Parts: sequence; structure tokens; C-alpha cells
Amino acid sequence: MVDKTLELFDCGHRACGGCGAALAARMVTKAAGTNTIVVSSTGCMEVFSTPYPETAWKVPWIHSLFENAAAVASGIEASLKKQGRNEKVVIMAGDGATFDIGMICISGAFERGHDFTYICYDNEAYMNTGIQRSGATPYDASTTTSPAGKCSFGNKRPKKDMPQILAAHGSPYVATTSIAYPADLMQKVEKAINTRGPCYVQIHAPCCTGWGFEGEQTIAIAKLAIETGLWVNYEMVEGKVVKAKKVVRKPVEEYLKTQKRFRHLFKPTRQDAEIAAIQAIADRNAEKYGIDIKLRKE
Amino acid sequence: MMHITEGSHAVAEAVRLCRPQVISAYPITPQTHIVEALAEIVADCQLDAEYITVENELSALSACVGASAAGSRTYSATTSQGLALMFEVCFNAAGMRLPIVMSIANRALGAPLSIWNDQQDSISLRDSGWLQFYAEDNQEATDLHFLAYRVAEDHSVLLPALVCFDGFILSHTYEPVDMITQEDADRFLPKFSPYERLDAADPISFGMYATPDYYLEFRYEMDRVLKQSKEIIHNAGKEFGCMFGRDYSAMIEGYRLEDADTAIVAMGSICGTTKDSIDEMRDEGKKVGLLKIRVYRPFPTEEVAKALSHVQRVAVLDKNISLGAKGAVALEVRDALYSSGIPVKDFIIGLGGRDVRKKDIKAVVALVEKGEGDIFYGLRREVL
Repeated sequence: MVDKTLELFDCGHRACGGCGAALAARMVTKAAGTNTIVVSSTGCMEVFSTPYPETAWKVPWIHSLFENAAAVASGIEASLKKQGRNEKVVIMAGDGATFDIGMICISGAFERGHDFTYICYDNEAYMNTGIQRSGATPYDASTTTSPAGKCSFGNKRPKKDMPQILAAHGSPYVATTSIAYPADLMQKVEKAINTRGPCYVQIHAPCCTGWGFEGEQTIAIAKLAIETGLWVNYEMVEGKVVKAKKVVRKPVEEYLKTQKRFRHLFKPTRQDAEIAAIQAIADRNAEKYGIDIKLRKE
Repeated sequence: MMHITEGSHAVAEAVRLCRPQVISAYPITPQTHIVEALAEIVADCQLDAEYITVENELSALSACVGASAAGSRTYSATTSQGLALMFEVCFNAAGMRLPIVMSIANRALGAPLSIWNDQQDSISLRDSGWLQFYAEDNQEATDLHFLAYRVAEDHSVLLPALVCFDGFILSHTYEPVDMITQEDADRFLPKFSPYERLDAADPISFGMYATPDYYLEFRYEMDRVLKQSKEIIHNAGKEFGCMFGRDYSAMIEGYRLEDADTAIVAMGSICGTTKDSIDEMRDEGKKVGLLKIRVYRPFPTEEVAKALSHVQRVAVLDKNISLGAKGAVALEVRDALYSSGIPVKDFIIGLGGRDVRKKDIKAVVALVEKGEGDIFYGLRREVL
């Protein structure tokens, strides 16, 4: 059993107050325990946790490049196997590194079936470089490369379905979770680590700076994402959804209204058609994963 | 023991004897015979290694980065476009001070696409912090792998190394090669002992970011260590010579150079053709000699200056071109001879596999004797 009282992601790092990714790092390392080697891709987490000569990581940690964490992890896993060592290999990468630039390395590593856990902290844009859109940016979110304007409502495409892509690679365990649900998060990370083969956990990790909200709202906003059906916490075992968190759904605008990245949908004029399109995304999620709790009529 | 064998197979056998624990590679012509041979060697349990068949070269070297950091001896091989795809990882591996050894079956870079030999690929990585060895023949290509591991893994060096040998010209050519035994290889190249490694029992962070307060010093250290590695190369090369009779203590090698008026400077397989040409020119009374450069990084600047101090003129054969400037070897040789006043003429030759024959070497000598040079040799003007 892993001792979850240990703090293996230390205080003193340079993350913003209210950073969802920092919370993810803390919970993931707690769940993983000391017998772990962490591989980070380039990104916010790498930068805020390791300004030479300081490091926040109390487990062995390596950062090589933006796109190659899965390949570096493949090498580490092979090396450990050859040496007869039993450390667990855990990748911590942002959504840009995962959905976009690292896609080839990830696909190759999952296809080869290395025994590692790939964790994506998903804050839905390139935050380290200043809030540019990624393949994980949601529909209509305004970023610095998908700005809302006179003839634009922001990001034109919905999120890429990364969990499905990795499930299609034959990953034995794929899960989504959120920093708002620490017990769920740590349980899924532990399960992924203890499942043989390449496993994937995608963590919804709101970014106060990039999304435009006050730092003390991080958890509340992460919860709203779940409660509106715009984020679904689910598990896939051998490619099949086995469990999804059920909710009494709220309208999506309760989530959208909390963040500056969606402000253009409400000001200067309310964009009903766009809000309806986002509601339709939540409705499809609800149907696909069966998350709606049916209230019994009295 | 002497074997008649293909260059790629000789290299694969040398790699086997070096006992890498993790091999990671992606196929590309003309490197393929090396990685195929190694795959067979691993499949037949002749080498106890993990062989990772990655999806591209960037991942090939990235996997070596991870494996090396975790404490394993690692190996990869590539060429040309594959090396270009690794560019980012090459700088990273050197900066992280990981003693990876990689074979390069030298090949031209596109566009236009060319699968044939020149040395543009590895030369283009000259600033990355890797040691660079160049082989004249398959015996040297074989032996340099032992030397490369030995030097790269030395705790006073800890930098990755390229062993370069000309694609097709060496990689696909059968030559007699004297292969050392496993016992001898183990004596020359001890078990890999990483200076530090990823280890849950002793956690450290690898590959952190450095602010302007620290970055300059990291680069200084790499440069200092690379320059100091000359001594390690010398000692290891000498020891190899004592053990097996082939002395690699010098980073350069002269051929009939002692009394030469005209010196040719070259790297790789072209040195063999040059030696034959020199023999014939000597028979005609021409005092021509060769200075072969075996180690391009670190560059043996002082050694080159000393070896060429007595000549009247120098012709450098460059199988590469720093477009808009000169050939990369000529630039270094000029730097070495700067204060001597000895004229150094550059000849860009054999790019993209254009054959270089004895008559071409003789023509180069005739040109440099007339004070000519700094040209692309053998241009077919009619197609320009």
C-alpha cells in the first residue's frame, strides 16, 4: 500500500495560486508513492516545478522535450526491465504535449505496449506560452490564437477525444478524472499504475490565469464542468466504458459564465445559438456516458 | 579473428560486443543492415538487450535518453533525414550529459532526396556537444565503437558520441575485419557505471530548466569537458593499440606527410582513395601527403596545426558544405593554420554520392598547386 500522507510534490514551486495542474501533481504523486519515476514534458508544470537548482519533485524526475515524454518513458521502462528494477513509470504531460505535439510518440509507445501510466493534466490550452489553443481547447473558448472577435466566437472545434484514441490503441485502462474529486483521482491513478501495460488518465485541471477566474474558484469551476456534463469522469477497461460519474445536470451556462474565456457568449449580447451548441455537446456527453440521474417524480 | 564481412554487419557485431542493454532504432537507408543484424542478434539471444522498435528517429533517440538516464548502456543508429529528425533530441542528450553511442551511416540530406553518401548529416550536428568519430574503413568503423563507449562513459566526459562511416561506400562493402573477442571487449570496455541515474532510492531531477543566471555555465562546462576529452581519447586509443595492435591514440593520422609540400586533409572513406592517389603521385615525384581527421569533435586544432606546419599548401576535401560559407573541415583547418600563413584551399567534393576517384584527387592536387581551390569540384556545368 502507498502511504498517501507523504507529500512527494513539495511546496515552494512557482505555480499560480489556485493552479489546477499543481493540485494534480500533488495528488498523482501521493497516489503513485515513492517507488515511482516521473517523466514530464515541457510545459507549465515542468517550468514551475524545476527552476535549476531547485526542484519540487521528491521522486526521481526527468524532463527531456515537449513532444517525447512517451518515448523517454519507453526507454526508462525498457532499462528498468533489463536491470530487474520495479519502479513505476509515470508520465505527467499537459494537453498540448498530449493531444498535439506528442501524438506520434504516444501512439508508438501505446502500440508497443510499454508498462507505464500516462497522465495528462488537461487545462485546455497552451498555458505556459500564454494561452494558445490546443486540440483540447473546448468549442468557443477564446484563447490568444483563437480569439473571439467580430466574426469569431473563439475556438472553432470541439475537444479531441484523446481517451477514445488511446483506448483504440488497446490500452487496458483509460480514465478521466478531475482535481475537484481527489479520492476519485487518486484511486484512478493507483489503478492505472497497478494495471500492466500503457494506461492513460486525463485530469481536468482548470487554469485560473488562462480561463479567467479567481484562484479560489478552481475547485468550484472543476465541479461545475462535471455538473454541466461538459466534463465526464469515466473509466474504460479494455476499451469499454465501465463506469461514469452520474450527476443532476445543470445548464452549461452556469459553467460558461464563470470564465472570461467564454465571456463573449454573454457580452455585449447573449449568443443563444452558440450557447445552445455547447449545451448540445453536454447533452451528447450525457447520452454517450449515461450520466443523467433521473429524478423520480413524487 | 579476421572475417570478411559487410561493414554494417561488422558494426553490428562490434555493438553486440559492447553489450548495450537498450537498443532503440528506426530503419533508414543505408543504416538498415545494422539494425536488422542487431535485431537478429537479440532474437537469437546472442545479446541480452531490450530492443525498442520505435515509430521514428525522434523517438529512437528519446528512448535512449530515458534508458541512459535510468542507468543503461544504450545504442542507436541512423543517418541523414533520420538524424535531422533527431536534431532536437541530439542537443538534449548532450546537454543532459548522457553517454549514448550512435552509428551514422553517412548520407546526404534532402532536398533533393538522395540516399547516397556525403557527410552533411553528422557535420550539421557539429555544434550539438556530441563527440564525432569518422572511420576510413570497416576495421576502423568497428573499433571506433569500443572507443566511443569508453570515452563517452568516462566520468570526466559524459557526453554522447557519433561513430560515422560512409553510407554504402563502407556500410555495404565487404572487407576483412579483425573482430576482438568478447573477453577482450569486456576488458577494454568495463560494465556501464552511470555517474547518476533515475532511482527511487535516491531521487534526483534530470533536465531542469536554467535561467540566464545558469545557462551560460552549463554550456561552458560542456565545451570544457569536450575539449578535455582529447586526453581521454588519447589514453583509451593508446590502450586499445596496446591490447589489439591498432593504435587510436591520435585524433589525426598522417600518410606520407612528413616531407610533403602539398597536404590533403580529409575524413572518412575518401582517405583510402587519397592514399592510393598519393602513392601514384609520389611515384611521379610529387611530394604529396594526407592528413586524415579521425576525430572531428572535439576538433584537434593544435594537432592539425603541428602536423601541417611544414607544408606549403593544403587542399581540404569536404564532403559537406556550410552553404553560404565553406566546407566545415576547411573552416577548422583554416582556423588551425591561421597564424602560419599556409594557404588552405577548400574542395567541396563527392556530395550526394558523386564518385571520387584517384584521377579526381590528382586533379585537386594540380589545382591547389596552381593556387586554385575554394570550389565545388567536378561540377557538371552543362546541367547548371
